[in-house]
Amino acid sequence: MNADAAVTDKRSRLPWPMQLAVPVASLVTFGTHLLIAQKASPLETHSYMLLFWEIIGVSIVLAIAQRFWPALRKWMRHMWPIFTAAILSLGVWDVVTVGFHLLPLPYFPGPAAVLRSLISDRALLLDSTWHSLALLVSGYTIGVIVGLVTGVCIGWSNPVRYWGMPLLKVVGPIPATAWIPLAMVVSPSAIVSSAGLIALAVWFPVTMLTASGISNTRASYLDVARTLGAGRLYLIFRVAIPAAVPNIFIGLFMGLGASFLTLVVAESVGVKSGLGWYVSWAQGWAEYGKVFAALIIMAAFFSTVMTLLFELRDRVLVWQKGTIKW
Amino acid sequence: MSRPALGGISFSIAAGELVSLVGPSGCGKSTLLRLIAGLDVPDSGELFVGNEKIVEPHAERGLVFQDPNLFPWLTVRRNIEAGLVARGVLHEKRSEVPEFMRLVGLEAFANSYPHHLSGGMSQRVALARALINHPKVLLLDEPLGALDAFTRMRMQDEVLRLWENRRTTMLLVTHDIDEAIYMSDRILIMTPAPGRIDREIDFDLARPRDRTSDSFLRFRTEILEHLHFAGKAADISA
Repeated sequence: MNADAAVTDKRSRLPWPMQLAVPVASLVTFGTHLLIAQKASPLETHSYMLLFWEIIGVSIVLAIAQRFWPALRKWMRHMWPIFTAAILSLGVWDVVTVGFHLLPLPYFPGPAAVLRSLISDRALLLDSTWHSLALLVSGYTIGVIVGLVTGVCIGWSNPVRYWGMPLLKVVGPIPATAWIPLAMVVSPSAIVSSAGLIALAVWFPVTMLTASGISNTRASYLDVARTLGAGRLYLIFRVAIPAAVPNIFIGLFMGLGASFLTLVVAESVGVKSGLGWYVSWAQGWAEYGKVFAALIIMAAFFSTVMTLLFELRDRVLVWQKGTIKW
Repeated sequence: MSRPALGGISFSIAAGELVSLVGPSGCGKSTLLRLIAGLDVPDSGELFVGNEKIVEPHAERGLVFQDPNLFPWLTVRRNIEAGLVARGVLHEKRSEVPEFMRLVGLEAFANSYPHHLSGGMSQRVALARALINHPKVLLLDEPLGALDAFTRMRMQDEVLRLWENRRTTMLLVTHDIDEAIYMSDRILIMTPAPGRIDREIDFDLARPRDRTSDSFLRFRTEILEHLHFAGKAADISA
């Protein structure tokens, strides 16, 4: 009983160093920034300072709240080292770029400049993000739907596989971005052709993996289903497709990665909106703070979409044991 | 050069019988079972259930494999319901599902997924899944082969209980002679190359049978002798 109490006691307290880690790291990083600001002027400090005061404030509030809330404590125990490292890395970024000019200005601005661009241009960034999201979702959805249909047909039916596989093997591996010059000429609107290109980029991996999942359905599952009185529709939709779902998700992930790439390239070249466009536009004006701001948003955006797909997979594949953690 | 897997097999099974098909590996027992199930088609000859020729699989000839082959994406309940869904009768017959779950003792696991179940439990689900279709004949292809000895003996009693409860005609393929003697009304002994039925043995022992009784051992010796496994080491070239 004493051992139990000791264990819960330890687990019920977040160690002091951990509680103080984030505020201290914030102070250290901001201090570094001020030091550097003395050397190189003019330098943005106002919004950067606000950011750190907010971080310190929130971390103090959470440090108090975690005494009463075990779930929060568990999350903090897990995340706090990562947050501390992230904050310190902002300091490193500052030192490397503005402090010692290890990376050439103006191409690599410091974090404060990026933050200022992020805040000042937030309307346009938000608009660009929204356009990118719309394009990504439409292209991805079309690609997935077409991919699933062709994948199931190729996987299940021998004649379709005979004619479909050569097409897949020849057209599929060509990167969708290689079609951009043609697409821009052929299509009336850049948005339609970009969505089409994204759909093409997604279609190939989804079809390949769906077809492979379907054609590799364990014969014993099909045998069992037939002895239970199953007809062809049951075999396709209630046996082959569910058995292929793990493979299908692999195709969905590969398609997602391909769609991010095609989105950014298509936007840089043709479409007049979106994060890809924003990056080349900002570059044209040599506003590298804005470029980095857009890159940060891209990272957050794509990462969130990936996470959503993983969440979906975890929900659908609840029957599988041992899945990769994102 | 291809060898015939089976050569000239002819036998019949009466309704409600529990018949075992015994023989060494490779004698064609599983092939024969698949033919009766309708999963494969014989090169020559015909198989009948009642007066109907067997040409394709049907729920009236249920099949339980050595690997339970539960659908991993379905819970226990939905696995048992699978035959009803496949035949489009889920709505009318859904009320029977709890009864069959109780029959195999797995009500508590209704919403579990197959990867949570042990081998014996999975086989019980497979049995329920086949039986809920009220098959005319239940074919069992070495269903207990993958289980450890103790689970196997318990499951033999389970299957006997199901059989006594419903009197479904059962054809049990097994390489375990003790299992065949313990369970069957009749044993068909198969020998390989090409597979044929050498001998039929009837049992009039009352159930439950005593694995250590004299009559049990007598039958055992008889079968082992017939398969050339009694006394000295087996003749492998046979």
